Amino acid sequence: MKPTPFEYHRAETTEEAVRLLVECGEEAKVLAGGQSLVPTMNLRLAQPSALIDIAGIGGLAGIAREGGSLRVGATTRQSAVLADPEIAVDAPMVAEALRWVGHEANRNRGTFGGSAAHADPAAEIPAVLVALGADLEITGPRGFRTVPAADFFVSFFTTSIEPDELLTAVRLPSRHGPWAFEEIARRHGDFALVGVAAALVVDEQGIVGACDLVLMGVDDVPWSAQAAQEVVVGNRVTPELAREARAVIESTVEPSSDVHASSCYRSHAAGVLVERALLKATGRKEQG
Amino acid sequence: MTPPEERIVRIEVNGRPTSALVEPRTLLCDYIRNHVGLTGTNVGCEHGVCGACTVRIDGDIARSCITFAAQVDGGKVETVESIAPSTDELHPIQRAFEAEHGLQCGFCTPGFLITTQALLERNPDPSETEIREFLSGNICRCTGYVGIVNAVKRAARDLRDRGT
Ligand SMILES: Cc1cc2nc3c(=O)[nH]c(=O)nc-3n(C[C@H](O)[C@H](O)[C@H](O)COP(=O)(O)OP(=O)(O)OC[C@H]3O[C@@H](n4cnc5c(N)ncnc54)[C@H](O)[C@@H]3O)c2cc1C
Ligand code: FES
Ligand code: FES
Repeated sequence: MKPTPFEYHRAETTEEAVRLLVECGEEAKVLAGGQSLVPTMNLRLAQPSALIDIAGIGGLAGIAREGGSLRVGATTRQSAVLADPEIAVDAPMVAEALRWVGHEANRNRGTFGGSAAHADPAAEIPAVLVALGADLEITGPRGFRTVPAADFFVSFFTTSIEPDELLTAVRLPSRHGPWAFEEIARRHGDFALVGVAAALVVDEQGIVGACDLVLMGVDDVPWSAQAAQEVVVGNRVTPELAREARAVIESTVEPSSDVHASSCYRSHAAGVLVERALLKATGRKEQG
Repeated sequence: MTPPEERIVRIEVNGRPTSALVEPRTLLCDYIRNHVGLTGTNVGCEHGVCGACTVRIDGDIARSCITFAAQVDGGKVETVESIAPSTDELHPIQRAFEAEHGLQCGFCTPGFLITTQALLERNPDPSETEIREFLSGNICRCTGYVGIVNAVKRAARDLRDRGT
């Protein structure tokens, strides 16, 4: 099908984009790479009255180092993030996860901020942002604010971005601790049936000081596995501990069933992936 | 609601300047097919998953069915028609698809050719795994992919032998 008619505006600056969002009202939508928005418009699941194209705003794309973190502009193409040498060193989990996001032809257009703003519960990037403790920068008519990833994702396809606001950047803290990203999908490039982003802090004795286990595909937002994290913190990751974490996951996670996988399958897969992720993360030789 | 205004969009297609008065909702694939008149770019699923409509936008492969023509205003697009060196000569990638039975009905072929071209420019000697990974976003309902993978291998070999 073809989309319903809409007004199209190309914003040159962030201020102009915000002004247009206010002027065009609640039925207007931001257009970034279009890799999620345009398919839903073609299927007429979305019928926005106006699109504000932000892809051409100078300064909204690009990756910059700021103190201890990397600031990724919202409209930075996913393929540019994936190929970035600083991301490879300071946020390797982001690059690993992006390999799972669609295919090259999608990543060439799809933006990093778009993946966060779209907030698909099965998407990779939202889970990674929560696991890494990223911050999201939002600008709107009421000014600028920063929201931690843990508070950013509200529900299915819903974030704390208001309709007249714009996500401008994602700040990724440099984390050099053990990490792993594991996913099960029907085919490579499909959305995750289940996946986990794991980021740990481990001291010289191998004792885990902090552990973020964030799952995708099991809830309407990225799901922090609190109970399993508590099992891991304060201990050394051994095959026994990883198995214990797996059991805790299987008894606490409550995924729903859909055409792609049953709830029971997803619970089992979530446990297996967490066990695998813990062993893989701590089994890596030199973290970097 | 007053109907949204049509606007003039200018896109360089296969090295040639083109322009047309289009609605904002005009998809790039429809701009290419209906306004420029190049019908090699096929439209299958129309929501980004099958790859039949793949073109290059400013050099990068992309889905023309989930891109609005207006988004590419001022940019450059290459379609499957840009691959052959002339109207009566095929490109080595096209010859390899023919020789290896990399197509049957041919509906998916334009997308596979453009995607293969992008792969071989970056990686002139891809492994079978790399080929399958790079082409995984393109769906073929006829061949079962074996002929396609063999065609990409043959094209890579021929292009390397030719030294281009
Ligand atoms: C074949 C295919 C396979 C895919 N596979 C995957 C996959 O495996 N995993 C995955 O995670 N995704 C997948 N996707 C989705 C895709 O990766 C999208 O690129 C991404 O989710 C959205 O980024 P975008 O820039 O294209 O955003 P758009 O499509 O332009 O926008 C998406 C939504 O976010 C809003 N938005 C975008 N940017 C901003 C901003 N800066 N501020 C405020 N709101 C904003 C838009 O208004 C819209 O509601 C796939 C898509 C296709 C077509
Ligand atoms: S027609 Fe565009 S991807 Fe299927
Ligand atoms: S040749 Fe028929 S779909 Fe590929």
